[in-house]
Amino acid sequence: MLTTINPAPRRRRIALLLGAVGVASLLAVVLPELTAIGEEVVTAAASPATVQIDNFAFAPATLTVTAGTTVTWKNDDDSPHRVTDKKRTFTSAALDTGDTFSHTFAAPGEYPYFCSLHPYMVGKIVVKPAAP
Amino acid sequence: MTATSVNRRGLLKCMTWAGTGVVWSLSGEMPRTLGLIGDAAAAEAPQGALTFVQISDSHIGFHLPPNADPLATLTEAIDKIKAMPTQPAFLVHTGDISHLSKEQEWDDADQVIKSANKQVFYVPGEHDVADADNGKAYLARYGKDTKGKGWYSFDMAGVHFIGLVNVFNFQPGFKSAGLATIGDEQLEWLEKDVAGRSASTPIVLMAHLPLWTIYPEWGWGTADAGRALSYLKRFGSVTVLNGHIHQIIQKVEGNITFRTAASTAYPQPAPGTAPAPGPMKEVPAAELHKYLGIRTVNYVRSKGAPALIDSTLVA
Repeated sequence: MLTTINPAPRRRRIALLLGAVGVASLLAVVLPELTAIGEEVVTAAASPATVQIDNFAFAPATLTVTAGTTVTWKNDDDSPHRVTDKKRTFTSAALDTGDTFSHTFAAPGEYPYFCSLHPYMVGKIVVKPAAP
Repeated sequence: MTATSVNRRGLLKCMTWAGTGVVWSLSGEMPRTLGLIGDAAAAEAPQGALTFVQISDSHIGFHLPPNADPLATLTEAIDKIKAMPTQPAFLVHTGDISHLSKEQEWDDADQVIKSANKQVFYVPGEHDVADADNGKAYLARYGKDTKGKGWYSFDMAGVHFIGLVNVFNFQPGFKSAGLATIGDEQLEWLEKDVAGRSASTPIVLMAHLPLWTIYPEWGWGTADAGRALSYLKRFGSVTVLNGHIHQIIQKVEGNITFRTAASTAYPQPAPGTAPAPGPMKEVPAAELHKYLGIRTVNYVRSKGAPALIDSTLVA
């Protein structure tokens, strides 16, 4: 089997994506509660919090929790995925379908992460200080 | 498709053959048939030539459609190698031996592969360094006598072989940010490794992810491949063998031929033809073997470019 790249759909795809990015950045200005890619920001007040992995995406893409929260990722996809902190402070092993991974976020801050098997899959955990 | 050597007519021929168990070869600009699989002429090498076989992406541990048993299809691939009338000098495996970096998966793969009774040179896939310790298990098992995080080179029959590792240090992000990297340490090693070698030395470069950007939307490329290739441009024959994308795509750029390999486990969609690069689970069982395969690399002269002969696992 020899496969070729058909350039036509690719150009359309890029144009669509560029369009989406444009709209998203406008929305980001108007609606600060949206992230740059227009994903809903989910605040998890209660512990534990969960991120679902399916269709090569993290949902929600951005999750806001309070310090001390344990976040659990569950892979509901047919492909294995990983949860790797961009700064490499934590990483999961490959999660097979149905596997979970948990990490407790002690310190407030922003934790961008990605799937190191599919690096275009990105997400972020925002950790707010715990109420005094 | 940019700068590939296959014209439309040649491509259609290849696609026809792919379904009928005919091996084909690209030598220079035009594909040419070498006969039916199993035909002695197909795999017969002239005297003095070097022949080796590339297998890739065996993904032992995968258990979902379209292939519940990748160990069985790996066994078929190895049986095909064992049946070659001219036996290859050795095998190369271009990564993703395992699906989840588990010892049992590697044990199973090793058990099957060693039945070919050949030396095997491995480069890791990202699925082989997906343990929580980021590759420690792979390196303990397959990384003996390698440099850094598993890279190496060796010479065989006048051909210089380089195993590159581009499955560590992925950077997150869309498009170019999401590509694989080789990294400065390995690139510096590569530059020294090839310095001083005669430009007439044929080079074979093996790495899991493609060393040219096939489809950045899915991370199918290596961000710093250009630097690696800049050290190799002066050589008369450079053959780049990659895996990762579970399909055969070729590009020729000057003296450098790049070709990705079929998997022995399952196919992945052509770039951009599906929402995500996951397994093509809709492939019916009766069709699966058309998408799986092995590659014979045959140096017919001691100098110059090899013939690359892809054959499917269709019986």
